[in-house]
Amino acid sequence: MSYPEENEAALHRTWSERPGWLGWLMAVNHRTIAKRYLVTTLLFFVAAGIMALLMRLQLARPENTFLDTDRYSQLFSMHGSVMMFLFAVPIMEAVGVYLVPLMVGARNIAFPRLNAFSYWIFLFGGLMFFAAFLLNTGPEAGWFSYVPLAGPDYSPGKRTDFWAQLITFTELSALVVSIEIIVTALKMRAPGMSLDRIPLLVWAEVVTAFMVIFAMPAVMLSSTFLITDRLVSTHFYNPAGGGDPLLWQHLFWFFGHPEVYIIFVPALGMISQIIPTFARRPVVGYLGLVMALVITAFLAFGLWVHHMFATGLPPLGMSFFTAASILIAIPTGLQIFCWIATLATGGQVRFATPLLFVIGFFFTFIIGGLTGVWLGSTTLDSQLHDTYFVVAHLHYVLIGGAIMPLFGAFYFWFPKVTGRLLSESLGKWNFWLFFIGFHVTFFPMHALGLDGMTRRIYTYGADRGWQELNLVATVGAFILAISVLVFIVNVIVSLRRGALAGDNPWNASTLEWATRSPPPPYNFQFIPVVESRDPLWQKGERRHVVGLSNEVRSVLITAIHDAQPDHTTTFPSPSLWPLLSALATTGLFVGSIFTPWAVLWGSIPVAVGLIGWFWPSHRETEINRRLEIKPESPAR
Amino acid sequence: MRFRFPEMLALAVVCTGTCGCTRERRDLSDVPPSASIPRLTPSQYDRQYQSNAYAMSQGKHLFEWFNCVGCHAHGGGSIGPALMDADWIYGDDPQSIYQTILGGRPNGMPAFNGRISQTQAWQLVAYVRSLSGQASKSASPSRSDSLQLKEAEQSQPRQQMQPAAPASSQHQ
Amino acid sequence: MNHSALHPAGLHAAQIAHLGLTFLIVSCAVYVMVIGVLLAVLIRRRRRGSDPNTLSRSERRALIGVGVAVGITTVVVTALAISEFVTRRSLEQDTGEPLHVRIIGHQWWWEVQYSSDSGAGQVQTANELHIPVGRPVQLQMTSQDVIHSFWVPNLQGKRDLIPGRTTHISLVADQPGRYEGQCAEFCGFQHAKMRIVVDAQSPADFDAWRQVQLQSAREPVSDLERRGKQVFENSTCVMCHAIQGSLASGTIGPDLTHVGSRSSIAAGTLPNTPQTLVLWIANPSAVKPGTAMPSAALSGEDLRSLATYLASLK
Repeated sequence: MSYPEENEAALHRTWSERPGWLGWLMAVNHRTIAKRYLVTTLLFFVAAGIMALLMRLQLARPENTFLDTDRYSQLFSMHGSVMMFLFAVPIMEAVGVYLVPLMVGARNIAFPRLNAFSYWIFLFGGLMFFAAFLLNTGPEAGWFSYVPLAGPDYSPGKRTDFWAQLITFTELSALVVSIEIIVTALKMRAPGMSLDRIPLLVWAEVVTAFMVIFAMPAVMLSSTFLITDRLVSTHFYNPAGGGDPLLWQHLFWFFGHPEVYIIFVPALGMISQIIPTFARRPVVGYLGLVMALVITAFLAFGLWVHHMFATGLPPLGMSFFTAASILIAIPTGLQIFCWIATLATGGQVRFATPLLFVIGFFFTFIIGGLTGVWLGSTTLDSQLHDTYFVVAHLHYVLIGGAIMPLFGAFYFWFPKVTGRLLSESLGKWNFWLFFIGFHVTFFPMHALGLDGMTRRIYTYGADRGWQELNLVATVGAFILAISVLVFIVNVIVSLRRGALAGDNPWNASTLEWATRSPPPPYNFQFIPVVESRDPLWQKGERRHVVGLSNEVRSVLITAIHDAQPDHTTTFPSPSLWPLLSALATTGLFVGSIFTPWAVLWGSIPVAVGLIGWFWPSHRETEINRRLEIKPESPAR
Repeated sequence: MRFRFPEMLALAVVCTGTCGCTRERRDLSDVPPSASIPRLTPSQYDRQYQSNAYAMSQGKHLFEWFNCVGCHAHGGGSIGPALMDADWIYGDDPQSIYQTILGGRPNGMPAFNGRISQTQAWQLVAYVRSLSGQASKSASPSRSDSLQLKEAEQSQPRQQMQPAAPASSQHQ
Repeated sequence: MNHSALHPAGLHAAQIAHLGLTFLIVSCAVYVMVIGVLLAVLIRRRRRGSDPNTLSRSERRALIGVGVAVGITTVVVTALAISEFVTRRSLEQDTGEPLHVRIIGHQWWWEVQYSSDSGAGQVQTANELHIPVGRPVQLQMTSQDVIHSFWVPNLQGKRDLIPGRTTHISLVADQPGRYEGQCAEFCGFQHAKMRIVVDAQSPADFDAWRQVQLQSAREPVSDLERRGKQVFENSTCVMCHAIQGSLASGTIGPDLTHVGSRSSIAAGTLPNTPQTLVLWIANPSAVKPGTAMPSAALSGEDLRSLATYLASLK
């Protein structure tokens, strides 16, 4: 595709970020923010991984004294919280923030300043959490903080309060990103991209975003109740005061179960993009795949009590959750079969690294899914709950089901993000070390759980007979760590010396591959018109949209069902207010850990920040008025 | 990509408020009872007990377990004097309270010497002082998981000590 | 393997293990089939088919394949769900007059109470559950502080102990033996060292054990034991522990009336011998950091006599 120069220059002027460090702080471009998310979440991933290595060192031998009980509790609480709240969900959303606008043919994500705000909130929350950990105020009651252990009587000090406030930060960030993704995917699609032509990754991100919107409020509520129990003596979780410890569990797991699907579903979308590319054909069963994503999301909200099967709830009620937990295997199975069908009916399969990781997904996730069916049965769960069997299962589904496809996605989209391909040979080392390391670490844990090894123990007796398998698991963990190191080396080396990628190195079919690598600040020189599900595989010249202004950040808004053009609007330019508002909000959140008055006084800077943010600018109003077409004036 | 993490980290550290090191230490060791009354310097006492959330939380549990509530109720006093007010018959400094607990006092305060360890005694001292708001808000215990009988210690306003004469303490 | 779910020694654990085996076989079959098809699809060399008719025929076949596979999946998971419901129903049937035992969870020990049938009096012990073989045992459980979870894999699944609620579980042992478990819900510093032991005995042995437990503490016989009892009554012990028939009637820590008869101390952390008793009493926070039990300022001879006395309380 040719790029006329004057058009490009104007677009560059309009859509570029401001220069310098101030411009860096004011950025609202979705790819800039997504890259920040990616770097930050990967750093958190490495930190939480190191915590896991420390725990594995402690458990390698019975009655080991490498870590004491307090430090160990902090480490497993941090590992879980960081991986779940600061790595897994944000990175899946980051992939969406980067790719959804590109895949639907938009110039930016909806609500760009809100997007910037979400990153700052996420960053400040994460930094607060790590700062607390370094100051001996990290959480100590697990990533799920069951009361009464995490309550005011048995968790003295501020440790659990920092944990609860981390929830507030990360859930706020996730909620606003979800809103942006939904609006972008529904209202900003390129003309002609009707609902049945939306790429599956976009579907996955939209479904995930809806799950976030319904699930996050439950945990924000429960963590707020926990904070008030601890700070101002409410009794939500105190039986003596009319509360119930199980209320915490219900509220938390009502969020907690959809949470793991929030992590898993985007990965399903990534697989649905990678497989057709390397099978060299459109995906088989598009409608089934979309329905499976939607049904999975609905079912995900009906499973939460399977985390509470040991609490002695009435059997009839628990049966419902057993049925739902086992039933969710069906839509997941449908997707797996559609993917195999795609590979079966395509051309010669190309075994590049992205596909290797997807194949790793099949081998790994299916085991995790099957053990999940075991855990869905109340009877079996009564033996397996809270043992290393569950640790094995959760890592099989999260790492196998979400992280392996995520690594595949890294290798697949790295050329688009950076303009260079990752090394295939290092990629293969990465994959095989990861795959082997993973199974060596986690497969023995199934046996450990069946042999009676419970979770969250900082040591075990030599008479238990668990030391051999634990040592094996520790060795595997270090193999996994080396594979992550190989990945980091691959990234660093390839950034400098990787092969130049060009627009579409994999010959993929979706819109992000129609622009340069990396894309210019305005994403596409011309908004494409979409006429099929796989636009880049469609023969003949592609049409594009003309008439959008290059002087302002003009964005085309289209109808939800068939993406017919509806109106244009002007997107906001870079601004410092999202950062300032995020700082103010951080002050409010962190202050309210120590005193309830922070909520009152802290809301004043927040109000100032928001007012500044929304204050209209004269210049932009003038430009918009000039560009407006009034009903009686002749069309331009 | 330019990294701003050192600056960000500094900002976050400042943001997290009171240093967690003293407040959040969990000292799980125990010092056995001793024949003589140990001397802790004020800063040692403060660091290990009065500013330590775990120590005061343990003190709160011990206050219940050792039946201090039997005479002092939950700080309001009944047979024994109130502990959450400003009247201190024998002084509100930690050393005096330690002496009170271990050596007993006239008019019915038993001597716990040899019955509780030094660590437990200091934990009780720190807890008792928190009843009248002498400890920092963020380290003081919060509500307990029982029927709410008074405001949590962290909400207690700080009481300025007033010495009360022993003869005038007719506790009814 | 006296802490494994794969070595059932009771009806409940056996049925659960049987269901588990069913699930395992079905899961292995499913895995092998799906991975088998995947590998076959990947390994197969093929021409790049350019005939659209060929493509749509193979796509139709593929969709039919997907439909069949989903159908099989539905049938399989439904069958698994039904087998789970059937097993659960049968686990709820209890035969025989159950023995009622109360368990109260503490940080980090188990309080075990046998309610009095026929006015025989209450047995109070800790960290050890004795049950007669063949008779179902009904546990009523609650917690004094945080959530714990009772789990003895050889006999039954687990059940949480929740403050403010009473939970129930039934178990039965088919053969005599010692079955071990440990707390299965994270409960604080020493969650890792909160073991529970179930000692299944013949009905006669159980009755004999129970009779002994109902009696007051054995009086000290030797001089060393007498000295030990004095030491007990004069140091920190009486603040928390009770020995029926002595001055000690503390209710915070485990009842020690028959502590000498237990197989372990500190909730399974140490075997129960006079030497380990010395180790434990001298410095409990070295054995279980975070424990509420303080160290006692006892000299070598006092400590030895105390340990001897406690070991004598069979």
